[in-house]
Amino acid sequence: MNYSDDKLSPKQDDFYNALMDAHSGLPEAESHALNARLVLLMANQIGDLETLKQLLAAARDYVND
Amino acid sequence: MGYDYKPFAYVAPPGLTAPEPRHRVAIVGAGPIGLAMAIDLAQQGIPSVVLDDNNVVSVGSRAICWSKRTLEIFDRLDVGERMLEKGVTWKVGRNFHGAEEVYSFDLLPEAGHKYPAFINLQQYYVEEYLVDRARAFPDLIDLRFKNKVTGHRDNGDFVVLTVETPDGDYSIEAEYYIACDGAGSPTRTRMGLDFTGQTFQEQFLIADIEMQDSPFGDSDVPERWFWFDPPFHPGKSALLHMQPDNIYRIDLQLDVDADGKAEAAEEKVIPRIKAIVGEKPFKLDWVSVYKFRCIKLDRFVHNRVIFVGDSAHVVSPFGARGGNGGIQDVDNLGWKLAAVLKGNAPEALIETYHEERSHGSAENILNSSRATNFMTPKTPVEALFRAETLRLAHKYSFARRLLNSGRLSQPCSLEGMALQTPGIAPLEPGFAMLDAPLRSAAGGETWLLSEVQGQFTLVGFGEVQMPVVDGLRRIGINQLETADFPHFTTVDGHGTRRYGSERAYLFRPDGHVCATFVAPTAHDVQAAMARALGAQLRQEIAA
Repeated sequence: MNYSDDKLSPKQDDFYNALMDAHSGLPEAESHALNARLVLLMANQIGDLETLKQLLAAARDYVND
Repeated sequence: MGYDYKPFAYVAPPGLTAPEPRHRVAIVGAGPIGLAMAIDLAQQGIPSVVLDDNNVVSVGSRAICWSKRTLEIFDRLDVGERMLEKGVTWKVGRNFHGAEEVYSFDLLPEAGHKYPAFINLQQYYVEEYLVDRARAFPDLIDLRFKNKVTGHRDNGDFVVLTVETPDGDYSIEAEYYIACDGAGSPTRTRMGLDFTGQTFQEQFLIADIEMQDSPFGDSDVPERWFWFDPPFHPGKSALLHMQPDNIYRIDLQLDVDADGKAEAAEEKVIPRIKAIVGEKPFKLDWVSVYKFRCIKLDRFVHNRVIFVGDSAHVVSPFGARGGNGGIQDVDNLGWKLAAVLKGNAPEALIETYHEERSHGSAENILNSSRATNFMTPKTPVEALFRAETLRLAHKYSFARRLLNSGRLSQPCSLEGMALQTPGIAPLEPGFAMLDAPLRSAAGGETWLLSEVQGQFTLVGFGEVQMPVVDGLRRIGINQLETADFPHFTTVDGHGTRRYGSERAYLFRPDGHVCATFVAPTAHDVQAAMARALGAQLRQEIAA
């Protein structure tokens, strides 16, 4: 699995816009809650623990960057 | 050297002393859109009167980025080559985050096109070239400077205009009134048409500077450089373009609550520029602080009053979709209006200008709004996503493609709309033509663009039937020369790669494909051409 492959183009702007729309009008705390739910839903959709661990490490890699 | 503004002469119009015969077309506004409109109609033999309240070309460079499709349209209007020669050609855009480049794109990676992806050229040059070209039609284009339209009334099959001049008021009549009077269109205001869309609160500073050294640093190649959060303008965005005459365009995002007037003052602007170019000497050429809206009219056609360009739609500048969108409007309306005025098409054909260009304008608004939203996050969560996308972009290609500093103007497809006959082909009905280099039978070099645009043309690639249809030009490419129409061969196979072989394409005068055929009969081609001229619209109305 190569999680750096681009799978969103050419619909990347549609996705980004939909993501912003999902947050539209929410207080910040509710936005963070939405993000948490979204991560869990996406994790379930991906379903593969190894992949998920790699993604978690890739995201964690940026802490204190 | 700064641009040398030469005022156009005001001549007292005949209407001041005696009623003028009814004009076929009155064009209100002599900016790039109004002038292009007059030239397009004149090339088809349709006279027009062009009325403008001013008497000089655009003050300040304003629109500078002209896209390949626009240049192809300007080629048809015979100003494309002059623009290309003067303009700064570029095709690469680079996005920076901080000081580091994170993503670059090449807008024309393939050879075999007469025109490049983009040129930068100040609007005043474009207007000057268009005025020169319009002067080549003294019998067809009546240019009237310092003639301000102050009122109009649609009488059903003609419009009455009231015009103010330094010598007093007069009125004229015209069968059609084309409103090319810009974003603040007085025509639109008089008609009370709703024009309230998304207004962005952010303010931007535009500065054109003249300098000998290149701010592009060692690379010294004209490109489009865009920064998110640059070291010289922290937390905001910045854009850099090169123009002819050593003029550089710098666009800086300002705070939402910045004082626009104060920001435009020299003592405020100079330090901002110095932060970018350092101690290299430069001179301020033009400064403007602006906000923008993204909005279009519900209807572009109101009986005999037709809105073209910024009077019909405005967008944010990121993506170069304003001026370029307007020129595509002209390209779309020109041949339709001429066909209707010559009695070759039903009046309903004009409505398809609305159908086709309203769609194009909606696409431009969608793209430019999204770019602007990305550049100017509105909430902490939007800012968070934007910041993390930028961080990921250094490493991940998917995140680089999410970076949106403006998706640059592309010709809009008219696929599936009323005038096109559906079909499957490498270039499907609705798409704007793709250029290709050709060689004539005599050995001369030309471009597909030059052979196709301007009238209905059937182009056969490879061996395919080429029926004779009244009023239709035919061109054969890579065919045996057995018939009496012009033949060409493709150069380096570009034409065949773009269009395939053993098939024919029917092009509209604006260069859009309106039908494709594998084994066309005269009946099929005739029917497709009639459809493109609105025959089916007539039937629908009759039914």
